[in-house]
Amino acid sequence: MTETAVQTTAATVRDLVIVGSGPAGYTAAIYAARAGLAPVVVAGSVTAGGALMNTTEVENFPGFPDGIQGPELMDSMQKQAEKFGAEVLWDDATSVDLTGDIKVVTTGSGDVYRARAVILSTGSAYRELGLPDEKRLSGRGVSWCATCDGFFFRDQDIVVVGGGDSAVEEATFLTRFGRSVTMVHRRDQLRASKIMADRAAADPKISFAWNSQVVAIHGDEKVTGVTLQDTVTGETRELAATGLFVAIGHVPRTELLVGQVDLDESGYVKVEGRSTRTNLPGVFACGDVVDHTYRQAITAAGSGCAAALDAQHFLASLTDVVDPVSPGSALVSADAGAEDAR
Amino acid sequence: MSTIDVTDLTFEAEVLRSDVPVVVEFWAPWCGPCRLVSPVLEELSEEYAGRLKVVKINSDENLGLTEDFKVQSIPFTAFFARGEMENSLVGARPKAVLKQAFEELLTAAGA
Repeated sequence: MTETAVQTTAATVRDLVIVGSGPAGYTAAIYAARAGLAPVVVAGSVTAGGALMNTTEVENFPGFPDGIQGPELMDSMQKQAEKFGAEVLWDDATSVDLTGDIKVVTTGSGDVYRARAVILSTGSAYRELGLPDEKRLSGRGVSWCATCDGFFFRDQDIVVVGGGDSAVEEATFLTRFGRSVTMVHRRDQLRASKIMADRAAADPKISFAWNSQVVAIHGDEKVTGVTLQDTVTGETRELAATGLFVAIGHVPRTELLVGQVDLDESGYVKVEGRSTRTNLPGVFACGDVVDHTYRQAITAAGSGCAAALDAQHFLASLTDVVDPVSPGSALVSADAGAEDAR
Repeated sequence: MSTIDVTDLTFEAEVLRSDVPVVVEFWAPWCGPCRLVSPVLEELSEEYAGRLKVVKINSDENLGLTEDFKVQSIPFTAFFARGEMENSLVGARPKAVLKQAFEELLTAAGA
């Protein structure tokens, strides 16, 4: 069934292509590679490693009691996948055709990959405010990444929009640089976990604009301030600031998949029950692209593992020799080492 | 390594008075996305060797240039022809987007 070491040509049909390279994609790659499926991972030319590449210390990934840097964790996952035979491409998937028996993934450099199964782990992107001047002033004071851009706002007044854990994380990080940090939240209390909310409340540099939303961003070459609207009274007021950090959540990255695989009303890939199966046979999805709720590195990794096992099961079912009652036997025969992992 | 490090002191000679168009990347050691863009720019600099050059500016160490160009987000990629900034891109952009910008720079420079 596996066709390792086959030279890549447009006509080569592989077992598995994985699109995306966060914790979900790389974990799927580790499992699939150990099962001998020689997966190709379309990692992204500049997005490889996924959202964790923009973080600093990850304190809650099990197995790292002293924490680990996000980029370092992702490098390790990549190496682990490659060690077992996954092929990682620094390229972007620019179009996919998932509806047939043979799935086709085309990359930015024009290469075409064909496979019997595909795992989608394209993750999510930052949600934007949707204001007219947001794009124009992006990189000119509007930012989605405190760890990337906080440095440029030394001794300045900063606004952080959002009330969840990531908003508090951004705000707390930005106090290292800024003179003041104002958290703008549309409700009267934070949505963040207690430990994070307490941290923000206790921080002398952080203040709060409750029941408020940003309705306009001002600035010609650079951000100079924002207009806030009170969500209760509707009154507006101006707030001077040179930095506007947006942390209002994420949207699934499924533009590529529209019209191919079933998405829900929010754009997430729909999967069947607790599995990673999409409505298309041979197409599986995992990580943030299916997850409305948890969105953690570890849950993404877990679902990446599930996707690899589901894909493996599906590929085994394509051959007649598999005993339909115990697909597990096919899994073991595909990779004798798999027993060690259980 | 075909990209060159440029500083506040060498910017004028290396970029503004360059005979060929120049792609300038502002980066910093603590910037995660910069690490992703660097190898892509390295590849492109080899691909375009002789037609343009790619230089890197460490924002941490070159605050003058960082302020001059109002850089508030990195990676920040600026495209220069004949001493003028023709275009700029903010954030880690896919290779295809960068390549397109390289081509546009060559067109703008009349090369």
